[in-house]
Amino acid sequence: MSTTAADASARIRETFGVEAAVDGAMVTVVVPRELWTELAHFTNRVLGCRYFNWLSAIDWKEHGLEVVCRLENLDAGLVLTMRTRLGPGETRCPSLAGLCRGADWMERECYDMFGVRFEGHPDLRRILLSEDWEGYPLRKDYAVDTPFAPYR
Amino acid sequence: MEVKPPTPQIPAPVWTEFKDLQEWEKYHQERAPDDKTSDTLAAIADAIHHMPGGWIVTTTTEKIFNWARKSSIWPVTFGLACCAIEMMATFASRFDVERFGMVPWASPRHSDLMIVSGTVTIKMAPMLKRIYDQMPDPKWVVSMGSCANSGGPFRHGYHVVKGVDRVVPVDVYVPGCPPTPDSLMYGLLKLQEQVGEFQKTGKRPTASDPK
Repeated sequence: MSTTAADASARIRETFGVEAAVDGAMVTVVVPRELWTELAHFTNRVLGCRYFNWLSAIDWKEHGLEVVCRLENLDAGLVLTMRTRLGPGETRCPSLAGLCRGADWMERECYDMFGVRFEGHPDLRRILLSEDWEGYPLRKDYAVDTPFAPYR
Repeated sequence: MEVKPPTPQIPAPVWTEFKDLQEWEKYHQERAPDDKTSDTLAAIADAIHHMPGGWIVTTTTEKIFNWARKSSIWPVTFGLACCAIEMMATFASRFDVERFGMVPWASPRHSDLMIVSGTVTIKMAPMLKRIYDQMPDPKWVVSMGSCANSGGPFRHGYHVVKGVDRVVPVDVYVPGCPPTPDSLMYGLLKLQEQVGEFQKTGKRPTASDPK
């Protein structure tokens, strides 16, 4: 399958009507939250991006959280980055764990660090921090000296 | 053919045959009063008397027990981070702390010393405390490296205990990031000095207050 970045950009534009910026072999798509699962499904099954590289989030303070994930087509050398803004105060996001098994632990880590609640995730609980941890430490409003008795 | 049973020919012990003991006794009889090779040796040698029928060592029990304690410190193998690599190098043949009687032992129940070698995270701290609690008294702790001393470069992280002395009482702090095997050996020798002065108080030391 010879999917170039320009092809992928054009197909995403005609299917979803969103802009897909091309930079070399990398395509960056910014979608609303409602299209998150559909775009991932389209990318995975139609464009052949079978490899789920990573998923993370960005805290834009008063503008809310942004979830970023990257899928790759290793055969065609196509790299696709998906971004979605959740909106101020919003923590819910559709889960991709049903689509890619690699998304399972990535979303757990994202929940652990940013508190993004992935809807439809089979086992959404903390993965790195202890289970009695309070707060989400990679958010900008988390103070690093938050007391954690009895060690801090 | 007659088979002779073996007849035991064990000679009775003759005192004149123990040349080294005679030399030892002669050395101590001819020794000048100020000729002391080491304090411990002098304390033991001064307390040795030749008694009919054998040798008896008399000294203070604290002195002989502490000498035994500090000569056979067994550290529990407990590696947390990159400092553990240096700790392993210290245990290995080039630096060889076994000449000090330190045997890295894979069980806390037979160990005297815990070398906290690396970053203690908040998630790991209860396990560290549990291993420390499993060690029999008396027990000592060496905090190895900047992370275990104070949190080090991760002090302002969200998940790091700011010094292992908030979890367990620490006897010797070894600075460095990571400390070289020479630094750790110096710390272990300092600990040996400290163990030589150990006295029973009946109280356990406690970890420092985080506040």
